[in-house]
Amino acid sequence: MTLLRVEDLDCRYGLLQAVRGLSFEVAQGETVALIGANGAGKSTLLRAIAGAHKPHGGRVVFDEADVTSRAAHSRVALGIALVPEGRRLFPGLTVEENLRVAAARRGRWNVQSVLEVFPLLQPRRHTAAANLSGGEQQAVAIGRALMSNPRLLLLDEVSLGLAPIVVDAVYRSLAGIINEGTTVLLVEQDLTRALKVAGRVVCMLEGRIVLEGEAASLDRDSVVSAYFGLKRPA
Amino acid sequence: MRVQRWTRTSKAFTGATVALAALLATVPLLFEASVVQRLTNLLILVLLAAMWNALAGYGGLLSVGQQAFIGIGAYGTVFFAGLGVSPYPAMVLATLLAGAVSVPISLFALRLRAAQFAIGMWVIAEVISILVRLDQNLGAGTGISLLQLNQYEPNFRQAYTFWLALGFTVIFLAALFFLLRSPLGVSLQAIRDDEDAARSLGVRVAARKRLLFVLAGFGCGAAGVLIVANTLFIEPGSIFSVQWSAYMIFMVLVGGLGTFEGPILGAILLFAIQTNFTQGGPWYLVGLGATAALFALVLPRGLWGTIEERLGLRLLPVGYRVVEVKGDERTA
Amino acid sequence: MTIVNAVVQGIFLGAFYAVLACGLSIMFGVMRIINLAHGDIAVLGAYVVFVIVESTGMSPFIAFIVALPVMIVLGYVLQLTVLERSLKSGILTPLLATFGLSIVIQNLLLIRFSPDVRSLGGNAGAVTTSSWQITSGLSVSALGVVILVVAVLVFGALQLFLSSTRAGWRMRATAEDADAAELVGIDSRGVYARATALAVAIAALGGLFLAIRSVFDPLSGPTQLIFAFEAVVIGGMGSLWGTLLGGLALGVAQTLGANINPEYSALTGHLLFLVVLVVRFGGGRLSLRTAR
Repeated sequence: MTLLRVEDLDCRYGLLQAVRGLSFEVAQGETVALIGANGAGKSTLLRAIAGAHKPHGGRVVFDEADVTSRAAHSRVALGIALVPEGRRLFPGLTVEENLRVAAARRGRWNVQSVLEVFPLLQPRRHTAAANLSGGEQQAVAIGRALMSNPRLLLLDEVSLGLAPIVVDAVYRSLAGIINEGTTVLLVEQDLTRALKVAGRVVCMLEGRIVLEGEAASLDRDSVVSAYFGLKRPA
Repeated sequence: MRVQRWTRTSKAFTGATVALAALLATVPLLFEASVVQRLTNLLILVLLAAMWNALAGYGGLLSVGQQAFIGIGAYGTVFFAGLGVSPYPAMVLATLLAGAVSVPISLFALRLRAAQFAIGMWVIAEVISILVRLDQNLGAGTGISLLQLNQYEPNFRQAYTFWLALGFTVIFLAALFFLLRSPLGVSLQAIRDDEDAARSLGVRVAARKRLLFVLAGFGCGAAGVLIVANTLFIEPGSIFSVQWSAYMIFMVLVGGLGTFEGPILGAILLFAIQTNFTQGGPWYLVGLGATAALFALVLPRGLWGTIEERLGLRLLPVGYRVVEVKGDERTA
Repeated sequence: MTIVNAVVQGIFLGAFYAVLACGLSIMFGVMRIINLAHGDIAVLGAYVVFVIVESTGMSPFIAFIVALPVMIVLGYVLQLTVLERSLKSGILTPLLATFGLSIVIQNLLLIRFSPDVRSLGGNAGAVTTSSWQITSGLSVSALGVVILVVAVLVFGALQLFLSSTRAGWRMRATAEDADAAELVGIDSRGVYARATALAVAIAALGGLFLAIRSVFDPLSGPTQLIFAFEAVVIGGMGSLWGTLLGGLALGVAQTLGANINPEYSALTGHLLFLVVLVVRFGGGRLSLRTAR
């Protein structure tokens, strides 16, 4: 069943159009990777789905309910959670406070279970977020989103600024979350990782979708051409 | 394509403005003293509005303490006249004093941002007010009169004061006008629009702001001078009152922050309101405060700014327009 | 001995300033707004208490309990009508809008209550009149002690709220990054409204103390604002305990000044404020202090 449907979405920054008449769907339980060059509109799209960016036109439908005019914090209550680009932890709050400040919904995720999935955080529980390493911060950011037991987890560039070995660890934890059936929509710069973790891949260019398909059946070359716009759609 | 500074409208209007100034000079010859006094008040308001706009509209500096310079101008006049200087030269000296004092203040005040600057200037005004209040020679808390003006026959005195006011207003408006038209002026508008971007392009932000601050110091000092010349009596409570800031904020917000013509419009409006309602009644102030707040929230560009935006109109040539010229057919 | 007495009296005065400053500090800490109508709101609170005392004859302290819900509602209204809007526009807008509001409040009070100076010191009972003579040169007033104790309790309670309750964490989170707060399910609008209501309530408490320890009239607001702002700056903007210390420092500066010459009291406070501004912000070149 379709969990998320984006219809004809138009997102702008002043006069700049970041997302142009974009439509696509995510089915429950899917893992979809959004790829594309910088400036393609991927982050804007995620933010619009999460409610942090007000679209100029179009609709966001979650679980058959139109959430387009809903504030971000109320979407969290419905089950949408975004791990924003750059982590955006609350620097003055500790790891535990960062986790507990998030809105809680009933489900298997709580402070204890989050710390079990990210054991590297256990000893840092009472450390201020500003003093954490990049990998620890990413873990807290994901954990913070999980605290609301989301039905749709949005991840924006979790590998950005982290060492490859740290990214490996993050994705290992993600695999566990994905296996439990959470619907995941993630933005990822690293093509290899994206193709490995996702069931479906959507490629964006200049605010539009230029390629879409099952990760397994897409060949790298067509993905790369779509990514860079080498073969523009008519 | 051509970059154009003067349009037909702005040429016509600038011509009209010059003619207006010449016409105004005849006012004391045509009207009786009480009317001349009221019109002097109007010029004082125009000057204050233009100066506050120079600070806030073009420099992004919201000062709630310009009354410091108004007071320095007023008390400075009394001081120099008390030393034996002839009243009208004393007024010029007092204006220079206000401007001079603004320089050391600027070294400190301009380091402050937004709220610290606003209230910092207010505190400076309070400090100067207290210092004046402690000085017996300046009349302390009860105030002092500019008795030296009594040597003139009232009609002449009013005329001289009016011409001085007209002179100051023209000088300061012209200074601001040419400042805005110069390369300096463009960088000022850039600072107002995006300070960090301007700085990264090499615009010497600090120096530009200091120039505006000192200009406003001179201008508000001139206004203070005119106030004491026009009313003959000042006391610390009213000349250093934050109410002057309230008037300036009202005039500029309603008229149009950041536009050249806006503050003038705002001053005319305030003048009209003041002449029709009993000056200083609380209801009238409630109206002023509420209107200023409303404009800040709902119509931040003010009346003139909105008109300018809607009609693409610029009466005085302080900006640039890009104009299509015949033969510009080739496109990118 | 008189210096010691001056310092002690300064601490009591400073505790009063700290209470006045507390609300201003909260609003700045959470929303980065300096409410130029803050002093007038405190005075408004004093008048609300005054009206209740005049019509019922109850003690001002009890009357304050009754006035509190009124002020809290006013705080919510203020946030939702004026402040919320001004947050979305430029940096100057909140200052301009609250300045206009300040003029409105002062003059509405003037219309309703006339310029007469009033006080609730007479209605507060024994607290205002009793004092303890410690030594020949030093006396400690009961009211001063009460205000000091209340100030410490208020700041302590606030600190506890912010550090140990979920609502407090939410407020800190929203203060640090409102956008990210929304993304984790925090209703930032609600947090801002609560912060304003809290600030207004504590401002009203300041107004109560003003009315009891001294006199007030419709135009007293700006003076209270200046002292409150000076306290916040002296103690360090954004620091809650700093505001308490800043208030105390301001109070002591003023009483020491008054010790030299009664006309100097406000002046020494202003000078301390200006010196702190220069030292804190004037040390380096302008570019070093670009971050707001």
